[in-house]
Amino acid sequence: MSATNARLKSRLGIALIAVALAVLPFVVGAGFGNSWVRIIDFALLYIMLALGLNIVVGFAGLLDLGYIAFYAVGAYLYALLSSPHLAQAFPALFAAAPGWPVWLVLPLGAGLAGLCGVLLGTPTLKLRGDYLAIVTLGFGEIIRIFLNNLNAPANITNGPQGINNIAAVHIGGHALNRPLELFGIVLPGVHLHYYFFLALTLLVIFVCVRLQDSRLGRAWVAIREDEVAARACGINTRNVKLLAFGLGATFGGVAGGLFASFQGFVSPESFGLLESIMVLCMVVLGGMGHIPGVILGAVLLALLPEALRWGAVPMQQSLFGKVLIDPESLRLLLFGVALVLVMRWRPEGLWPSALRRRELSTHAADGA
Amino acid sequence: MDIFIQQIINGLVLGSIYALVALGYTMVYGILGLINFAHGEVVMIGALTALTAIGLLLPAGLPGPMLVLAGLLIAIPVCMAVGFTVERIAYRPLRHAPRLAPLITAIGVSIVLQQLAMIGWGRNYHTFPALLPTAPHQFAGAAITDLQIIIVLTAAVLMAGLVWLVNRTRLGRAMRATAENPAVARLMGVDVDRVISFTFVLGSALAAVAGVMVAANYSIAHYAMGFMLGLKAFTAAVLGGIGNLGGAMLGGLLLGIIESLAAGYIGDLTGGFLGSHYKDVFAFFVLILVLVFRPSGLMGEKVAERA
Repeated sequence: MSATNARLKSRLGIALIAVALAVLPFVVGAGFGNSWVRIIDFALLYIMLALGLNIVVGFAGLLDLGYIAFYAVGAYLYALLSSPHLAQAFPALFAAAPGWPVWLVLPLGAGLAGLCGVLLGTPTLKLRGDYLAIVTLGFGEIIRIFLNNLNAPANITNGPQGINNIAAVHIGGHALNRPLELFGIVLPGVHLHYYFFLALTLLVIFVCVRLQDSRLGRAWVAIREDEVAARACGINTRNVKLLAFGLGATFGGVAGGLFASFQGFVSPESFGLLESIMVLCMVVLGGMGHIPGVILGAVLLALLPEALRWGAVPMQQSLFGKVLIDPESLRLLLFGVALVLVMRWRPEGLWPSALRRRELSTHAADGA
Repeated sequence: MDIFIQQIINGLVLGSIYALVALGYTMVYGILGLINFAHGEVVMIGALTALTAIGLLLPAGLPGPMLVLAGLLIAIPVCMAVGFTVERIAYRPLRHAPRLAPLITAIGVSIVLQQLAMIGWGRNYHTFPALLPTAPHQFAGAAITDLQIIIVLTAAVLMAGLVWLVNRTRLGRAMRATAENPAVARLMGVDVDRVISFTFVLGSALAAVAGVMVAANYSIAHYAMGFMLGLKAFTAAVLGGIGNLGGAMLGGLLLGIIESLAAGYIGDLTGGFLGSHYKDVFAFFVLILVLVFRPSGLMGEKVAERA
């Protein structure tokens, strides 16, 4: 009896969450305005990014400090294939804007990002993990330098100005940035993007959960815990690590393509080191290797800048009479402090998985 | 030919700065196995502290070199204090934590230091006053300034001093013992915690000097200057063989020369397709090539994999 009861309860819970997610943009839009729906859309993008990085950092225990570079690869590929930029820069080669369907461009971006990940991981993953951290850090910076400078002599990325006029995603002949009337309700562009991103986020979550419980997921955890022992158990550690790195990069590429289509504009500025750090912060703060924790971390940190803009500026003004620390640097300062404090006092994150908490507490006991 | 010699000279100057910073990375890595990402920020703090000190002392009317020396004498203890504090607060509690933890902490510390510097010194580029003589001397068809000579000589003296300290003093022996095996060193009566603190302090002092050198060489200082510099200095340490003092020096000089030759010639080599604004990219390619072909570096022993 109680088993059926529990199943009923969990089904009811899922149904409630589904309804809440479905009406969320309307409630938020009515209560705070559509700019907040836009912020939620970005939060969904960050959830995808953070879940991708979680595969690398959380599951496999490899520190990737240039994760945003894969996001940049996906975003720029989408931008080049969906804007008139190439046709303007190379009229001899491209007659018109290549209006490729999103179902082709997104997987292409994912594939290219994954390929970059594999190329970058191949030389470094056989070494100690620290090298991966520094190489990815460098790679992130290099990608940004190339994006910034590849406007001369051949204008590929349009340099610091970035690429604009990127076409939005078309589904069934309808561009997602235009309002759609459905059963008498007008859905603005941000709402349509919300449902599109939500669907993809759920897909990403599904893939992550399945990966976690798969043979591959267990191999990642084994490597994270003890690489030598994992190899002794017959795991091909290099290939498995490479898979983690490549898959993480693929997710980043997808999120990048969505970012470019949603924003309609990309420039190198969006892909700095600090963005990588922010995504890392989401994973670490939420709970490395625990999918609900990572989602929580992503949502919290995606909303933080808005909270600071509304909260910190008036507070400083009333306390000191002027704004001493602008919200942007306050946000970064908080990220840095959060990384240090979480590692020191709560390495398992805000919402840890049961397994991870046990491991980390025994580690701490070993050390003492 | 003139350009070649000129680029070699510039490379040597740049390389001796890289070498000083690389020593900080390599000493900490040798002892703790930790990449101290925050080291580049210590360099930046050194440069900006010296800049502020010089700005305050400027009305006193001291001669230029004295002012720089005064700036250095203030920047060095400040950086030492920063290095000491960071180790004490952030890294020491994590000494037995899983390996990922101190790396993430190091990134956090680096961001915190950078943002604090931004709040303190602002977002703008600061001009470092030209206090040291920069009149060029002709040398084999190329120009070398007094400032450049001073940078190279200072770096050489400091490195010689460091080698002496590590190889000839009691403290140096304790450092080497700790790097070899901290547990056994402790059994032999070495105060491992003190040695580690000292290593951070020593590396930070060198970083302070390097910071002043960079600022004087480019006559500019900025809150974000430490990041790229740190990345390159780490590359230099890997190139030479991380954990190896001689390797860090050799790697620093080599990387400086590679970078300045590449920046000088890339335009000609690629038919004008890539210009010298790609110079920051070379260090990274060097890093990848070293990791592929000789991960232990030029002078290092085989990299031991720690589980």
